[in-house]
Amino acid sequence: MSLSVLLSVNGVAREVALDDPRVTLLDLLRERLGLTGTKKGCDRGQCGACTVLVDGRRINSCLTLAASCDGARVLTIEGLAEEGALHPVQEAFIAHDGFQCGFCTPGQIMSAVGLILEGHAGDDPERIREGMSGNICRCGAYAGITAAILDAERRLAERNRAEAA
Amino acid sequence: MNRFDYVRPATFAEAIAAASEPGAAYLAGGTNLLDLMKGGIVRPGRLVDVSRLPGLGAIEWLADGGVRIGALVRNSDLAHDSEFARRFPAVAEALLSGASAQLRNMATVGGNLLQRTRCAHFYDVAGACNKRAPGAGCEARGGEARNAAVLGWSEHCIATHPSDFCVALVALDAVVEIAGQGGEYQVPLEDFHRLPGETPGQESVLEPGELIIAVRLPAQAASFSRHARYLKIRDRTSFAFAVASAAAALRIEQGAIAAARIALGGVAPKPWRARLAERALIGVGPDRTHFDRAAEAALADARPSGDNAFKIELARRIVARALALAAAGTPARLPALPGSPFSPVAGVLHV
Repeated sequence: MSLSVLLSVNGVAREVALDDPRVTLLDLLRERLGLTGTKKGCDRGQCGACTVLVDGRRINSCLTLAASCDGARVLTIEGLAEEGALHPVQEAFIAHDGFQCGFCTPGQIMSAVGLILEGHAGDDPERIREGMSGNICRCGAYAGITAAILDAERRLAERNRAEAA
Repeated sequence: MNRFDYVRPATFAEAIAAASEPGAAYLAGGTNLLDLMKGGIVRPGRLVDVSRLPGLGAIEWLADGGVRIGALVRNSDLAHDSEFARRFPAVAEALLSGASAQLRNMATVGGNLLQRTRCAHFYDVAGACNKRAPGAGCEARGGEARNAAVLGWSEHCIATHPSDFCVALVALDAVVEIAGQGGEYQVPLEDFHRLPGETPGQESVLEPGELIIAVRLPAQAASFSRHARYLKIRDRTSFAFAVASAAAALRIEQGAIAAARIALGGVAPKPWRARLAERALIGVGPDRTHFDRAAEAALADARPSGDNAFKIELARRIVARALALAAAGTPARLPALPGSPFSPVAGVLHV
């Protein structure tokens, strides 16, 4: 059984032939498109390392069949920086030591971008922690992650103000 | 994961026909199904992807004040719909107390009703489970029973239904709309899931090929909006299944309870409506003594299914506390930690 999916990945149209419908979006990104920034942690939806945005929403790519993403817009960690400049969430993770080993970091950052887009957490650290509970960090960098997200929200608000002016 | 055929039908009729074949399963959000397939717990020969079927993705307000939630509405979209959350705050709180933000962005209303138990023995394909393999036996009996039932279980199965959403829905008289080869019909959510009895593999009234198309809440369910909460005890503050949970909703008129709705989660094979407990509250004052009495009634038939007698007292306390929280009033904004008994007060450090 042969399937073909057409995706926009980080703004680039990609057509991928699937020889097997079992391919998840995570495996398609890593094994077929060479985008290994998105990590395979538990592969069961429990750790969040595989988080990407699909049509602007954060999801676990390990529990998503690539075939069911036909026509979707996918944003991964590789597509976040613009013209060589890091995204404000990436800058804030560096500034606040929001990681140690770095394995969960692409998922943490994509989840944080999704959380900020959702707009429900605001600047309440408790709501940010709750909203990020789908991303596990074995190094325990949670304090830095929360600080980074609070800072990133400020950076994004400033950037939006500057762009509006 | 086993090999399977993947089909994406364009219409209801095609979907129902494709899913009526033996070994077929519907795929919507996939959050539970793909996990089960990766573990070899279920092995469908065909996946019928209904995630793009038209007409199933809307939240519709009905002329009588009720709401019709399309089966493909995502958990997060429903919980954050401001009108829905205002009218049915306990449902929104239950939704947001479950899973993670990523999973809530994927998981659908229909899929939530059909999610499988989180019993560790159901997941252990090397062991015996009557749900997975009828007649094989139940290793949960005498095994790990922390998440097992204390109400409604049988010698053949002691697994619990893991949903939070369904607990609040069943308290508020939700109705499930179903389409199948024989046309459409509806069934109260309270009657949708089956008790295990001797056939724990048959978890709902659905026949092969039948598809949940919507869940409805009646207008009357919104009359509890000022006093409605969901409370959930779990092994960590967020992103964990309930050890015991309760939805509680009250209508208080002139200082007395005019109507009450109570349901429990994490303690039974299905979302468990506690009607005797509700009746015990009619006409009395919203106070601790009466809440304790209602909690006694809610767990009157409970018995341990293993090393889990603690859940009976725990569930009693959860019911009484959920009622007390409901009586205190629905908060203007959902707490930062939805459903959590550990929601911090302002200024207190994170626990």
